[in-house]
Amino acid sequence: MVHQYKLNGYNIVLDSCSGSIHSVDDVAYDIIGLFPDHTEEEIISAIMERYGDRPDVTPEDIRECIADVNWLKEEGRLFTEDTFAPLAGTFKQRSGDVIKALCLHVSHTCNLNCEYCFASQGRYHGDRALMSLEVGKRAIDFLIEKSGTRRNLEVDFFGGEPLMNWDVCKEIVAYARSIEKEHGKNFRFTLTTNGMLIDRDVIDFANKEMSNVVLSLDGRREVHDRTRKDYAGNGSFDRIVPKFQELVRSRNGKNYYMRGTFTHLNPDFTEDLYTMTDLGFTELSMEPVVAAKNDPLALTEEDLPIVMEQYEKLAVEMIRRRREGRPFTFYHYMLDLTSGPCIYKRISGCGAGTEYMAVTPWGDLYPCHQFVGEEAFCLGNIWDGVKKPEVQADFRKCNAYARPDCADCWARFYCSGGCAANAYHASGDVTGIYEYGCKLFRKRIECAIMMKVAEDEDKEKDNKEEAAGAADQITDSPEGTVQKGGDTKENGKEKNGTDCTGDDCSDCDTEDFHTRC
Amino acid sequence: MKRIKTLETRNLC
Repeated sequence: MVHQYKLNGYNIVLDSCSGSIHSVDDVAYDIIGLFPDHTEEEIISAIMERYGDRPDVTPEDIRECIADVNWLKEEGRLFTEDTFAPLAGTFKQRSGDVIKALCLHVSHTCNLNCEYCFASQGRYHGDRALMSLEVGKRAIDFLIEKSGTRRNLEVDFFGGEPLMNWDVCKEIVAYARSIEKEHGKNFRFTLTTNGMLIDRDVIDFANKEMSNVVLSLDGRREVHDRTRKDYAGNGSFDRIVPKFQELVRSRNGKNYYMRGTFTHLNPDFTEDLYTMTDLGFTELSMEPVVAAKNDPLALTEEDLPIVMEQYEKLAVEMIRRRREGRPFTFYHYMLDLTSGPCIYKRISGCGAGTEYMAVTPWGDLYPCHQFVGEEAFCLGNIWDGVKKPEVQADFRKCNAYARPDCADCWARFYCSGGCAANAYHASGDVTGIYEYGCKLFRKRIECAIMMKVAEDEDKEKDNKEEAAGAADQITDSPEGTVQKGGDTKENGKEKNGTDCTGDDCSDCDTEDFHTRC
Repeated sequence: MKRIKTLETRNLC
């Protein structure tokens, strides 16, 4: 499947099944669009009709471009067939009952009363509770027992507000560290916090043990304080920002994310991201709110074009700032084209309910943090393991091929079929579709790919300028001039008086100026 | 290729 789009002056062609990305000119863009359903002669005729008044567009030139498209197709870089469907279930089947990541709900209570909280102010529709050390240690043992041959294990301290149970967090980490080597495991801890209780102890411990910290900040003070208030109704912005700044400074500006939420009240969320950069934060994430349709904060159809435009504006601004030497990161625009995920990962997705589970303060297991509190999705507990295999089976089915609506979507190897929780809350089925989220996701990927194309173009331009600069240096050298082929001549003869072959420069007094050297 | 620039990517196949 091929996806073509134009954005920010770039013509981009994505070959979904190979992952190849092509930046093309207008002529090639149209040729590729016509290629699947037209003969060579039909394409030449159509292109000449469109571009015939341009001196660089001739039938021969078009034929050459069609040959290039054919070559890319033969190389598996364009119009690649989808042969991955048989792999769809194999990764999860092969993984069996392996679990490699837990979201530890160490606290089902919170010191903030955020309006849009999907976890009902940290209580998850239940009682307030803190995880005991006993449950925490058992969760670590459970993870090791279930991890099979996986070496890298992940534990996120989540809530509610995990810092309200900070001593237990620290003891859980100490316990895991004390046994990881004997089991041949490597724990990777992360922390998600609203920042209210950050102090020197939290900073020092987080810097030592947390490979990533996720810090909740919505951007502009008035936006943040409108929804993220304490129980007395006071905004939290002025209390948390200095703490976040201190934490980020102490981490040398690395291994953290500012994580914001935007709602119907601020679809112009780029302003909130720029507020974060003004505050000195450069690793940013901004998520659309998860809310019921009738919630006044929920994004509406009217918001959609605004949000789409915001994503485009953000991408253009990020390119501009990168070129100016003051870049920042936006989580959804991070694509690693050469070292990104393999096809198995792209098909099987986040692993919720299979390799990733959430643990409540009392040790119950849920497919992920967004299902906690929905009793129908309680999978079992950390002592007895999964007791409802039929529920888990639904999550095993979640992959890029599980949803008929995804069959003709070019982005399915980027989203893997999407978030099961979002699908469930939107459609009542974990293998359903959250169409609004799909539209946002596709736009984000288009922007992210465009940024990669721009970056690639900039690199090529820099290389050309560097090469031209080096050539100028040689050509302008007072000792002589360089002719095509790289031979240095002075007053019409070889400086060393011999015929230069470029094979042996060791005794040549012109070697400093010889391009072959 | 004159009109097509292919970026370096990990081949999914």
